[in-house]
Amino acid sequence: MALAVLLLLGLLLTGGAYAMFTNSASANAQQVSAQDIAEGEKLFVANCATCHGMNAEGSENGPSLIGVGAAAVDFQVGTGRMPLQMHGPQAARKAPQFNEEETAQLAAYVASLAPGPAIPDDEYLDPALGDPAAGGGLFRTNCAMCHNVVGSGGALTRGKYAPSLSGVSERHIYEAMQTGPQNMPKFNDASLTPEEKRDIIAYLDEINTMTAPGGFKLGSLGPVAEGLFIWFFGLGAVIGLTVWLSARAK
Amino acid sequence: MSTTTPEPTTAVGKAADWADTRMGASKLVREFGRKIFPSHWSFMLGEVSLYSFIIVVLTGTYLTFFFYPAMGELHYDGPYVPLQGVEMSQAYQSTLYISFELRGGLLIRQMHHWGALLFVAAVSIHMLRVFFTGAFRRPRELNWLVGVGLLALSWAAGFTGYSLPDDLLSGNGLRIIDGIIKAIPLVGTYISFFLFGGEFPGIDIISRLYTLHIMIIPAAIIALIAIHLIFVVVHKHTQWPQAGNTERNVVGEPVLPTFAAKGGGFFFLVFALIAGLSAFFQINPVWNYGPYDPSPVSAGTQPDWYIGWADGILRIAPGWMEFYIFGWPISMNILVAVIIMVGVLVGMAVWPFFEAWVAKDNREHHVLDRPRNAPTRTAVGVAFVVWYLVMWAGASGDLIAVFFHMSLNDMIYIFRFLFFFGPIIAYIVTKRICLGLQRKDREVALHGRETGRILRLPHGEFIEVHEPLDPHSAWRLVAFDSPEYVPAQADENGKISTAEKWRGRFSKFFFEDRVAPLSKAELEAAHAHNEGHGHHLDSEGNDQDGQGRPLPH
Repeated sequence: MALAVLLLLGLLLTGGAYAMFTNSASANAQQVSAQDIAEGEKLFVANCATCHGMNAEGSENGPSLIGVGAAAVDFQVGTGRMPLQMHGPQAARKAPQFNEEETAQLAAYVASLAPGPAIPDDEYLDPALGDPAAGGGLFRTNCAMCHNVVGSGGALTRGKYAPSLSGVSERHIYEAMQTGPQNMPKFNDASLTPEEKRDIIAYLDEINTMTAPGGFKLGSLGPVAEGLFIWFFGLGAVIGLTVWLSARAK
Repeated sequence: MSTTTPEPTTAVGKAADWADTRMGASKLVREFGRKIFPSHWSFMLGEVSLYSFIIVVLTGTYLTFFFYPAMGELHYDGPYVPLQGVEMSQAYQSTLYISFELRGGLLIRQMHHWGALLFVAAVSIHMLRVFFTGAFRRPRELNWLVGVGLLALSWAAGFTGYSLPDDLLSGNGLRIIDGIIKAIPLVGTYISFFLFGGEFPGIDIISRLYTLHIMIIPAAIIALIAIHLIFVVVHKHTQWPQAGNTERNVVGEPVLPTFAAKGGGFFFLVFALIAGLSAFFQINPVWNYGPYDPSPVSAGTQPDWYIGWADGILRIAPGWMEFYIFGWPISMNILVAVIIMVGVLVGMAVWPFFEAWVAKDNREHHVLDRPRNAPTRTAVGVAFVVWYLVMWAGASGDLIAVFFHMSLNDMIYIFRFLFFFGPIIAYIVTKRICLGLQRKDREVALHGRETGRILRLPHGEFIEVHEPLDPHSAWRLVAFDSPEYVPAQADENGKISTAEKWRGRFSKFFFEDRVAPLSKAELEAAHAHNEGHGHHLDSEGNDQDGQGRPLPH
């Protein structure tokens, strides 16, 4: 009898969670099953719960993940930022610890806790559908002050920083704008519509795939790199020439 | 003696004679062609400034043919995709046209910019050479002043050019200039409105900067360069202390043919260098920055390197330096950049006169000081360089923080600390190094060069073999000026004026720590001593008795 009650309870819980997920997730292209959620919970308990709590309710060492949605998990875990390597001003990008499937399971589990931003549809990630010029304008207004005009990155206060945006996938760029990871502000669909986010993705794709017209880019860091270059290599070469020209035959 | 010149017979001879009888070229060639220029690598840095300036003028002239210094708005329809349809000024549009559509435009633009960076760098390093060798002393003080003027003009030329493309980066730079001008008490806002033709950014500033950049500033630079070079001819070139070089002669190569050929060749080498840099390395990719719009600012927005130190001052100056007088803000945190820049230029201009006053030295100097032989001047110079470097690095604190995983806040604290203590540490360290090198010179002149060969004498004593210097090398080590501390002197009324008291204090600061040059007596005594010991080698490296045996002690 006790066994039957337990079984019923388990079925109700998983079924209820599944029903809740299918109700809240709308635009998510990937279908998730109750099994994904259960696998995700196991991964979560084993790898994330130390900081985020057994039920993702958060602790002194990590924020609550209830309501952050699948997009946040896909970004943080998919770029290797989570699980955190060490505490510090900011989680650094590193090789992902989980594969695609495990990441999706974790995302499914966190998404099952409460409604939140879902993983974006592919139609909003295709650079070919966006307008890079419009995206450039949006990027300069909203992103360049931290990430630099061509996404080379930049410093924030107290050891925090805006990372370089080269080599970041379209999906992760979208998710970052949508969920505001680390120290980044959120750009929800009211401040940047999905189409505008796609324009920004198109702009970044354009400048990252373009051959630099003027030669080696020196990191696209602007006048500091140029100044160092002229002092070390330009003036260094000039001094080499002067020494050569004034050398005496021995 | 006959003074009639023979009639020319060859075609070249006839042409030369035709020109000579009309222009008197032979007189010029005789005079100028025999000017002597000493040869040393550090004497060619001024040439680099001149040559890079010529290259910048040539490339800049080409750019003026295609650049529209106007701020009328239009929509871009050129080949650069990420800006197509974007509203921008004619200035920015024409810069993009030069970069993407004009044949050779991007190369010339990059040569113009790399050449400008090299120009200011060469001017700076040339001035450092002149300072550290004491080449600014009488009779060259006025030429040093001309040089200070050229330095300031080169900053102005660079900054006005940096601002012309009207992209986001240059507009941010102008916004800072606008802020600095507005920080000037009472008149700042009026000056800003006058300069920009209304509230920043207005629609006039690009054409106004253009007039300054292509006409007024280059004309002033050319005029000062002409004066600078005439002074070089009038004063003759300085030379390093070495055997045969005196205050009354110049030892080196004549302009014709040697120096002119070398100089001409050097021009093309510098040209090739700038062209090579510009062909392979991108500079100021204006298309990245987008058109100027007062709202966005990019991370990593910095001026070109020569304005970097002013930007650095603004970044490390604490905000509490702004205060209010009767409700009017006095933005000292901004003004401090202007005060330091003007102060540095004034300090540079005054230095030759200050040093002559302190040392009571009104003699002509054509033989240079080796930097170690003027320890205080060298230490002050290095302290200044370190101070400048701290301010300069202050402008790149954000990039340093990112690359070295530091906190941006900590970088600012470090720069604030170094702003005050860096120069003091540099002064002390440099002065000790100079005095140490002087003592080493003295030691080497007295006892010869250490050969590293250790000999064991028959009775067991070890001695190190020293090789005496040849007189040419010894000259450099012993023939130098070493002013002494001259305390404050009383005037004819027996009174010591306040100025004289200060001069005495400075004299103590400059010359109290001193390593005197070797006297003749010391040198002779040392030679006698060395002969007596016999533990040095002749020029072939043989032992003095020629037997391969050490001399008895």
